[in-house]
Amino acid sequence: MTQPAAAASPRRRLSFEWLGVAPFIVFALMFLAFPTLYLLAGAFIGRDGQFTFDNIAALFTDQIIAAYWISIRISGASAILGAAIGLAMALAIIRGRLPAPLRAAVMTFSGVASNFAGVPLAFAFIATLGRLGLVTIILKTVFGFDLYRAGFNLLSFWGLTLTYLYFQIPLMLLIIAPAIDGLKKEWSEAAQILGASPWQFWRYIGLPILWPSVLGTLSLLFANAFGAIATAYGLTGSSLNIVPILLYAQIRGDALQNPGLGAALALGMVLITACANIIYLVISARAERWMK
Amino acid sequence: MKQNRFWAWVVFLAGAAYFIVPLVATFEFSLRMRRGYYSFDSYASVFSDPNFQTTFGYSVVIGILAIIVGIVVVVPAVYFVRLRMPWLRPVMEFITLLPLIIPAIILVYGYIRLYNSSSIIPFTGSALGTDILLVFAYVTLALPYTYRAVDTGMRTIDVQTLTEAAQIAGANTVQIITAIILPNILVAVLSGAFLTFAIVIGEFTIASLLNRPAFGPYLQNIGANRAYEPAALAIISFIITWGAMGMINVLGHFAPRTSARTD
Repeated sequence: MTQPAAAASPRRRLSFEWLGVAPFIVFALMFLAFPTLYLLAGAFIGRDGQFTFDNIAALFTDQIIAAYWISIRISGASAILGAAIGLAMALAIIRGRLPAPLRAAVMTFSGVASNFAGVPLAFAFIATLGRLGLVTIILKTVFGFDLYRAGFNLLSFWGLTLTYLYFQIPLMLLIIAPAIDGLKKEWSEAAQILGASPWQFWRYIGLPILWPSVLGTLSLLFANAFGAIATAYGLTGSSLNIVPILLYAQIRGDALQNPGLGAALALGMVLITACANIIYLVISARAERWMK
Repeated sequence: MKQNRFWAWVVFLAGAAYFIVPLVATFEFSLRMRRGYYSFDSYASVFSDPNFQTTFGYSVVIGILAIIVGIVVVVPAVYFVRLRMPWLRPVMEFITLLPLIIPAIILVYGYIRLYNSSSIIPFTGSALGTDILLVFAYVTLALPYTYRAVDTGMRTIDVQTLTEAAQIAGANTVQIITAIILPNILVAVLSGAFLTFAIVIGEFTIASLLNRPAFGPYLQNIGANRAYEPAALAIISFIITWGAMGMINVLGHFAPRTSARTD
């Protein structure tokens, strides 16, 4: 980097640079670093203001462990299914020689659907698969199949997972499409000339190359679902015992009757999403080697 | 290979059905308000609700303020880091990733604890203070997208040359950023702005926990108390999201023309 005019007034320019970056740094400290650290530090402070591990130990009650467990299961299921279906759709659109305009349409729709989360998404699924939803009614009147009598409930593990897939699949599509574009045509041509069947190509070449991207995105989808609350809250109110909803109730009205325990709950959430994201960053850095 | 294409169609159509059926069902449900035949009554009911108008207006204002604050915070920082302090880049990349790692509910919990009415900066002590805090919270939520949009925009222009040329012409630093850099990355900045808007307009968690009369908590409240209006609101929200993403697509077509000026 050359520095023209820097020699003229180095000190003034230097301060100007810092003046430009300062708002960003101050903002990041005030609204990202300090509040989070202050909150997480609270997990180690007891009612008497002394350092303690009691709050962490108090996490190990049946209700809280059950909340973490169902959160992990919903996030895991929606991430794995979202990644698998998203990958299949991306392969179908990009490698399946479907008409080109279809790809543009799917990508645009994915951009919309991946941002169409939260309360309105919950409304849409209530109108679709709720007790009076269109699909529920059509199944009952036309096919004589009572979805709810068969054991389905929108306000359950599978109901929530099915709803989360509405933003998980598009997110997978958006992230994995560039990786699939990176599969060079020469590779499949070379495999074909050497006598490989399409299945062999995917088994020995295509999927091993895509694998790091898929795994990386999987952890991103997991974190995405784990922190989500608005969709679940819109769907079930506070009736479903998942970690974000438990934390919401705690912030609202001290439902756990212990602020330190609330902080410990938050610490657990951050640790889990951070782990998932670190896996994503490490794996995606490795995956990029193939994209050059 | 024919079979390959057949399966591609099967996968595509199954996926399309999953995404289209809920939209159709929601739309159909929203028309069912009057018994016996379809009507747009639920939409009329939503639009005539004064709470809809005030909460939606409130969220639009907060969203626009968040976009402006986001640009003011991010653009000069990215500019100076690109121009003079490239060693800060990894730090900025890391910071702007944090909002994806820390769930929104954790952030707002931290705000409520740190900035309560008895703290040094009592944001939550007054309504106006909480509004300001909500704007900053939304800037934080949108930070990963704003940063990437601005960074991508700056990558397509020659910041160094533009700055030198402007300096020779006698411009000061503020003029360079507002009159030279910003217009050149306007398309990228606007894409980030529309994405911010799409994220912020129906945001529930933070607005609800800060007790602000925003659109997200209003949606949740209607969902808990009404039958057909939620479906109408879901359709309206979908159209808003579609509009914001559509604008980004439209802007994308303008992008090369803007940066071509630097050639």
